[in-house]
Amino acid sequence: MADRKTLTFALMDPPYENARTTTALRLIDIAVRRGFDVNVFAYEGAVNVPFAKQAPHANAVHGRDVGEEDHPNPKDWVAALFKEAEKRGSKIDWVQCGLCVDERGATEWVPGPRRGSPADLVKFAESSDNTLVIPTK
Amino acid sequence: MSKYLLIESRDPFETNDVAYFFDLASSLAKEGNTVTLFLVQNGVLPARPSTRSKALSALSTAGIQVLADEFSLRERGIPANRLATGVKAAPLDVVIDQLAEGRKALWH
Amino acid sequence: MAKKILQVVETAYRATLEEQDDTVVWITHAMKGSGGDLHLLLRGNAVNYACKGQDASGLAFGEKKQTQPPRIADDVAGLIGKGVEVYIVEEDIAERGLERGDLISGLKPVERAGLPKLFASYDQVWHW
Repeated sequence: MADRKTLTFALMDPPYENARTTTALRLIDIAVRRGFDVNVFAYEGAVNVPFAKQAPHANAVHGRDVGEEDHPNPKDWVAALFKEAEKRGSKIDWVQCGLCVDERGATEWVPGPRRGSPADLVKFAESSDNTLVIPTK
Repeated sequence: MSKYLLIESRDPFETNDVAYFFDLASSLAKEGNTVTLFLVQNGVLPARPSTRSKALSALSTAGIQVLADEFSLRERGIPANRLATGVKAAPLDVVIDQLAEGRKALWH
Repeated sequence: MAKKILQVVETAYRATLEEQDDTVVWITHAMKGSGGDLHLLLRGNAVNYACKGQDASGLAFGEKKQTQPPRIADDVAGLIGKGVEVYIVEEDIAERGLERGDLISGLKPVERAGLPKLFASYDQVWHW
């Protein structure tokens, strides 16, 4: 696709803390479905969004076992976004801020993301059509 | 002049700073810029007609496109056909459209 | 030529004691070092980052001392020293009871009404 757009998103929130995580992944989903290439710079707590050891749980309040509850893990949403991009011939380049990973011990991710640094965000900003920073508060 | 996409994820019931973002939208429009204010998450709460929704109607009157994320509205039980004057429901796709268009995009 | 980007910082003292930095000020340093053309606008509570006399030293948890507390005003001054333009919203200074003399030197004051003109001179505005 000659005129394929590339969008960059910088994320900061850890999972399960703020609606921003879901909104960010919704935005990435829409961009991928359009066939856009997407860059993600996961900064600070956002490096835990694709953390591989997230696990679903049962929910006694709902009266459902672990299978019935189908509890969302954002790592699965991230993995599904990579699959969707592959299916549509577009690309997600998801960079995990290395220092943020180290200080959190968040070294295990679902397949797809790679380790990087703020230099990657500079490259992303220069090479993409637009950048949206979704900060934490 | 430029085109701006201002995304408001916070609401004036909890955060006084929302007034800053609404004022920024207004200032940018007064300078002749094209401005969309896109409400998402709790940012859609003032889209339900109330005393706090008047600010959104005023922005619309000032020429700012005021949109509210359809999903965020539905999630909060705010009917899309009963929004404050000047506020329209819109899919989140609008954000991607306007990013792809190259608008200066600010999240609050 | 690199895109000219304005970094707007408004959240203040979010995990700065753990990070030893404000994370947006820090990434601005890092990105500047990687060739980015970035500049900074302090607004809201973040105007306090320019205040002289900040001292976060002396924390200890049991016998574990924090020996390197954040020095955020120095970090902001360091950006100015690297050629980064650091703007600060005048009304936000005044509302917090600060005066110009309370702040580090080299800042560029801007009124809220002047933000559209400021934004117009940047390719992108990243609102952290």
